[in-house]
Amino acid sequence: MPNTPTTRTSLTLASTLETVDRVEHEAESFAARFGFNEDDVSSIAMAVREATVNAVIHGNAYSQDKQVTASFEATENELVFRISDQGTGFNEESIPDPLSPENILRGSGRGVFLMKAFMDEVHFRQLSPGTELTLIKHRTPEQHAA
Amino acid sequence: MSMKVSTRQVDGVTILDLSGRITLGEGSVTLRDAVRDLVAKGDKNILLNLGDVSYIDSSGIGELVSAFTSVKNSGGELKLLNLTKKVHDLLQITKLYTVFDVKDDETSAVGSFTR
Repeated sequence: MPNTPTTRTSLTLASTLETVDRVEHEAESFAARFGFNEDDVSSIAMAVREATVNAVIHGNAYSQDKQVTASFEATENELVFRISDQGTGFNEESIPDPLSPENILRGSGRGVFLMKAFMDEVHFRQLSPGTELTLIKHRTPEQHAA
Repeated sequence: MSMKVSTRQVDGVTILDLSGRITLGEGSVTLRDAVRDLVAKGDKNILLNLGDVSYIDSSGIGELVSAFTSVKNSGGELKLLNLTKKVHDLLQITKLYTVFDVKDDETSAVGSFTR
């Protein structure tokens, strides 16, 4: 089987809301290149946006001294988005369930839930310092042809 | 596209016509301030027309929830009108669709408020 080329792109940006918009837009464009339909592209872009929001706000706390790195990779079988910050770290277990009755009317706390709803895999990795979120969307055989 | 809001009154109901993106930052703050101003004025019946809201993120959803709660706590009602498919699906996924009173017709929405 011939080697399938892997497409990669990476951005390192400041911890600002403009970065959130930029990364979301780049993810949307990236996903659209690989055969995903409009709804899937929108969902992927939203998941990446939520991860970037977390990096900017919760990870880096908008610090001018800390950056967000976003990398996008397309292989034969999947799209992989990695978003990392330079903050103090993050405990996935500490996220309250936004669907529980006591949390359903909270004004925040749905970002990770939406990432997991829209992507096939979501992984957290502690860096030193910071956190890296990996979001993976599997490609179907129809999308392989794209 | 930033969010825009315009306000009108129909039969004792304040309708906020929202357009654009309700996202972290300017969009969610605009919504928050608009509802806060209405509550401060004593408006009890508030209808958010989301027909032209192209996009909402988790922060925007949070603002909708906060708006709902603040109006309810002040003795009023906040309802949603004309959800796009995207917003509808998000509220379904987050189990908020049944929390809100969602309408798809303005006339019946206005008539549904308790007076």
